[in-house]
Amino acid sequence: MTEPSTTNPTALAVEMRRVTKQFPGVLANDCINLQVAYGEIHAIIGENGAGKSTLMSVLSGLLKADEGEVLLKGHPVRGRPHLVSRRGLGMVYQHFMLVPNFTVAENVILGNEPGDRVHLDLRAAEEAVRRLGQDYGLNLDPAARIEDLSVGEQQRVEILKVLYRGSDVIVLDEPTQVLTLQEKNELFETLRCLVRDGRTIIFITHHLEEVMALSDRVTVLRRGRVVASLAIQDTDIATLAQLMVGREIGPGEKRTGDVTGDVVLEVSDLTAVSERGLQALDGVSFGVRGGEILGLAGVEGNGQRELVETLTGLRIPSGGEIRIGDQSTHGWSPRQFLEAGVAVIPENRRVRGVVEPFTIAENLVLGRHWKRPFSKGWVLDLGAMEAEAKSLISDFGIVPPDPEILVRTLSGGNQQRVVVARELAKKPVVLIAAHPTRGLDIAGRQFAHSCLLRERSLGAAILLVSSDLEEILDLGDRIAVIFEGRITGILPREEASEGKLGLLMVGARR
Amino acid sequence: MGDSGVALFFMTLLVSTLRKATPLILASLGGFFSEKSGVVNIALEGIMLFGAFVGAVVAQTTQNPWLGVLAAAGVGGAVAAIHATASIWFRANQIVSGLGVNLLAVGATIFLCEVYTGGQRSFMLSVSEKLPRWGPFLPLVYIALLMVPVVYLMVYRTRQGLRLRAVGEHPEAARTMGVDVQMTRFWAVVISGVLAGVAGSFLPFFAGSFAKNMTNGLGYIALGALIFGRWTPWGALAASLLFGSADALQEMLQGRGGVPSQFFQMVPYVLTMVALAGIVGRAIPPRALGIPLRKE
Ligand SMILES: Nc1ncnc2c1ncn2[C@@H]1O[C@H](COP(=O)(O)OP(=O)(O)OP(=O)(O)O)[C@@H](O)[C@H]1O
Ligand SMILES: [Mg+2]
Repeated sequence: MTEPSTTNPTALAVEMRRVTKQFPGVLANDCINLQVAYGEIHAIIGENGAGKSTLMSVLSGLLKADEGEVLLKGHPVRGRPHLVSRRGLGMVYQHFMLVPNFTVAENVILGNEPGDRVHLDLRAAEEAVRRLGQDYGLNLDPAARIEDLSVGEQQRVEILKVLYRGSDVIVLDEPTQVLTLQEKNELFETLRCLVRDGRTIIFITHHLEEVMALSDRVTVLRRGRVVASLAIQDTDIATLAQLMVGREIGPGEKRTGDVTGDVVLEVSDLTAVSERGLQALDGVSFGVRGGEILGLAGVEGNGQRELVETLTGLRIPSGGEIRIGDQSTHGWSPRQFLEAGVAVIPENRRVRGVVEPFTIAENLVLGRHWKRPFSKGWVLDLGAMEAEAKSLISDFGIVPPDPEILVRTLSGGNQQRVVVARELAKKPVVLIAAHPTRGLDIAGRQFAHSCLLRERSLGAAILLVSSDLEEILDLGDRIAVIFEGRITGILPREEASEGKLGLLMVGARR
Repeated sequence: MGDSGVALFFMTLLVSTLRKATPLILASLGGFFSEKSGVVNIALEGIMLFGAFVGAVVAQTTQNPWLGVLAAAGVGGAVAAIHATASIWFRANQIVSGLGVNLLAVGATIFLCEVYTGGQRSFMLSVSEKLPRWGPFLPLVYIALLMVPVVYLMVYRTRQGLRLRAVGEHPEAARTMGVDVQMTRFWAVVISGVLAGVAGSFLPFFAGSFAKNMTNGLGYIALGALIFGRWTPWGALAASLLFGSADALQEMLQGRGGVPSQFFQMVPYVLTMVALAGIVGRAIPPRALGIPLRKE
């Protein structure tokens, strides 16, 4: 690790000069200048597709800029990720870079293994990881496998990776989008502690209150350009929002009217077993009425994923019952759930949400593609698909607005929009929405919220799974909390508060 | 058959099984290396054939079987390097590239054999009388068995092994951690070729002659053994022994009536399909198998 003072006192930790990156049809970074001083927490904000992740990939060497210069601690950087990382840059990508069937320790040491040149000393690795975790309050079992960890824990692994390498310039791309309030506070504590140790941090977020709470400076991107770079004491949330979007954003829509519908989705005593043979759901019961949003709060990894999968037919429950309307769903295939009007916004968009090598248009009609007007007999009607895609693209503000673009090349937030648009277009009877606004910018989040409220007023029964309490409190008519596969309480909105829910989320029974 | 007859039958079966399994063990360990790094290697078949031919020619010419084995290893590595280059840097479809190697191997070995023998498509190995025997077996049998723990240790207990597995599971993650994905894969495929080449050289030594296309699908069966063994070295060993015993039985029962020999020839293929269909538990291939690294 290099001490900032010993390198070059006048130099910046990161300096990007006139960086330009063109993708086919999209100018992702347009002559960007960025300066980050040593010991600073620097926030980068901007709408979905503004070019934040691209800029960070240029910095880490994963992408090559078409033009411009990148200096890391005064040294030029050119498209070689391992050299850049050896210079002290550590990157936590928006989509985690972890080998799922490796242990925590294996992931942390990969590429930088302790011991002699040949022998892999896993014992030493686990010890080093444990010690590092203790030093920074990132507690993890070094021998646990990544696929068994919650997203919050996986993120801790990513940070450990960076620390293990002794990186002193650390980039985090939307690190808070999967965290609960509690986990978020822990993360911020860790970050502050890192800065006190002389490290420099760049982080990307869509939550402006996080920017205000954590950072020293903020740089705002809009459509690939820098529109402002400000010290935090010289700005406020409203100004930042205005800068980001280029116009004023009104307050979000609110829930109105009482719930009067019948119970449409009824779950009784549901149990399910996870891949590893653990009891993932342990007697879950609840009902959702038509025209009602039931919020499901909880720390990631407490059975939410398994619940969503059983409710859509992807996982066969080991016991209990799911009723939709007056039908039992026993033995149903995912297709039957679909035909019964169940739509789902899955938690992991890249795994379950989109088919990355397909175009936007193809992704938008998936699940309806065998029906009119998209299919006539055996033949797809490409014209109808394109027309539908165009209208959804403009409704949901998907960028770039071209139905023929591959979803793989979309920014994280725009992939999310594709999923949300498709599922809402199904006119669902039951909507299972897991983290529907994950990765969306302010406007996108508001739009998705108003869509959920519209479906509610149209009479859909909505289960909203989220780790974001604010979202759940804004939208939910009632709020259930899940902990270790059990529902620890269901509160009407009026009785729910962050404090009460927080207690239930760590297992206190009501 | 009396008691001693039964005992003899099983002894013969055991010895014959080990002999039949030897090339399968070596080649499936080769396949293990390649596939663990994320490169499909159906070129095993062609590489074995090259190994068989070159091993036989060099052993015959120098009258030294060990030099034959060494040459087979070399040519195996070299041919594998072609497959590796095409599929890693030129991002060719790995099945197509592998098939290309296999077709080339059939044609090239026939042609070279005719050149070597002056028009024949097979030749006897006079060196085979001089082959060393340790107990009932050629030394290669023991070497194959020894390779199982060696390969296991290389892949699971060394830092290069960790990188190799990472590259086969999540190449992007490995790349961001400073691992050279393409070079790691390249060397994995080359080692795979070395093992398959040696596996091939066993065939003419064992048969006492080289004949055209003498692998006759063994490379594919080795790949089957790898899959049936769920992409682990010990599993590949067990599957090779199982497939070897089917072959040995088939040979011993030939002409005795009862079960037609084709039935036993079918066994490896049927079991591989059973494994792929997930009937005996799920075989999970490396996640990035067959997918070249994308740099943009
Ligand atoms: N590999 C690629 N090929 C083509 N276009 C791309 C590629 N990667 C990104 N883009 C485009 O570049 C633009 C910027 O993408 P980027 O991922 O940097 O956005 P972002 O600011 O991180 O957005 P988000 O908040 O949604 O994550 C987007 O319009 C995207 O479609
Ligand atoms: Mg991004």
